[in-house]
Parts: sequence; structure tokens; C-alpha cells
Amino acid sequence: MSEFLHMGGYASYVWGSYAAMALVFAWNLAVPGLRRRALRRELRGIGAEPK
Amino acid sequence: MNWIPNWMHRLASPPAFYRVADRLLPWLAAASVALIGYGLVGGLALAPADYQQGEGFRIIYVHVPAAWMSLFAYSVMAGAAVIALIWRIKLAECVMTSCAPIGASFTALALVTGMLWGKPMWGTYWTWQDARLVSELILLFMYLGVAGLHQAIADPRAGARACALLALVGFVNVPIVHYSVEWWNTLHQGPTITKFDKPSIVAEMLWPLLSMALGFTTFFGYALLKRTQNELLWRERGNSWTKEAVA
Repeated sequence: MSEFLHMGGYASYVWGSYAAMALVFAWNLAVPGLRRRALRRELRGIGAEPK
Repeated sequence: MNWIPNWMHRLASPPAFYRVADRLLPWLAAASVALIGYGLVGGLALAPADYQQGEGFRIIYVHVPAAWMSLFAYSVMAGAAVIALIWRIKLAECVMTSCAPIGASFTALALVTGMLWGKPMWGTYWTWQDARLVSELILLFMYLGVAGLHQAIADPRAGARACALLALVGFVNVPIVHYSVEWWNTLHQGPTITKFDKPSIVAEMLWPLLSMALGFTTFFGYALLKRTQNELLWRERGNSWTKEAVA
């Protein structure tokens, strides 16, 4: 296992690359997800003002 | 516009597209998880170490799919830009502007993983002497330009028009990125897979790479549909279908 994590001495470069990938995927999921939540709140508010 | 099939007309209507996208999203999500899952296991564990680069070559399983997405997303954006300019279809405008931030993120990923590979293999993170590296950086700036322009112009119609023009001007860079390694033989290696010859890579290394590339593509599809839906909800916020869609 530790040999696998060591990546033949390239650990920081290899795992750094995969961490960057995880970050990009997470960002691409989180941003539209949060935007959807905000839109949901906003669209429900339209036309629902107190009389 | 009689020659455009009827179903395309119907699909281009925002509520119809929203529903179709909703139905496609879970399939795209499942496909990405499966393809990237296999790609990760195959690329990190099953594929043998490279005879020259050792374990360090495993960076290509992120780098190559990210670079592929950087060009693919731009091509989708430019295609949508053409449709938006000629027919002024709202859906095409939303697809186009939604491509920009996703494409930018994958271009940044290609650049970062390229740097992380370049340091141990070439001895440097970056060089201005290589056409592939510089043209990919310009690609990132084109994406950021389109995304920034979209944010900056309040009128959605005028904004989309400006974005479409900028996206199309920037499209000249796409073939330059792709062919740079052949036109200028500097530091970046030539193509391994996209050439008129057998791929110069063994099957155990190739299959996870293709799986990753396909998984990245389906993920791009997922993120693009999600963002396009958001764009449509915002642009059509006065219409009744948007309230029903988020109910």
C-alpha cells in the first residue's frame, strides 16, 4: 500500500494531479448546484409578494 | 427555416429542453461514475509503469482527458455560437455561455497537470518556448474572456452576441493547439492516439485512458446541461414553466 502511495518517487506530482482533478470535478458540481438552489428561492419569490 | 426538422424546433424551446435534460442527467452521471471509476483503477493500479517515466506517467490519465475536454468544450461553444449568431436561438446562447466556465476549468486542469508532469520529466514546470503550452494558455484566456464578457453585459441578448463573436474569433486557436506539436517540434511530445497510425501505447495503458476521456466527456455533458438549465431558468424567470420546473 505504501509502495502504491509512494508512486515510485513521483507521489507529489501524481497525487497532486489527481487532487487537482478532484477539485475541478467538485467545483463543476458545486457551482451549478448552489446556483440552482438560489434560483429556486428566487423563482418561488416571483409573484408571491404579500398583498 | 423549413429544412430544420420539427423535433429540433420543439427541443429548442426552453421548457422542452429543460425536461429532456432532466431525463438525461442521471444517465450521464451514472456513465461518468462508471467510466471514471474504471479509468482510475485501470490507470492508477492495473496499468504497468512506463519504461522511461516509471509511475510518473500516470498523470496522463488526468492530463490527456482534461486537454481533450479543453478542445471539445471549445468546439461545442463555437458551434453554439454559430447557431446563436445566425438564428438567435435562446437555447444556443445559453449552451454557449455555459460552456465557458466548464471549459476554463478543464483547460486549467490540463495546464496544471502538464506542469506537474513537466517538472519531473522535463525539469521545468513551464516554458514560453513551446507552442503547445502557450497556445493552451491562450485557450484558457479565451474561455475566461467569454465568461467575463457574459458576466459584464447585463442585456442577455447583446451579451450573447458579443460572447458568440469572441468565441468564434478564438476558435482559430483550437486547430493551433491541436497541431502545435506537429507544426513546431519543440518540447511537448507528438500525438500518441489521434494520428493516422496505430496508437503508440499498449492496451493495458490505453483502455483506462479512453475510459477516462469518455468519462470526462459525459461529465462535461452533465455539467453543461445543469448550467444550461440554470441559464434558461434565469432568462425565462417571468414565465410560468420556470416556477413549475423548480416546484
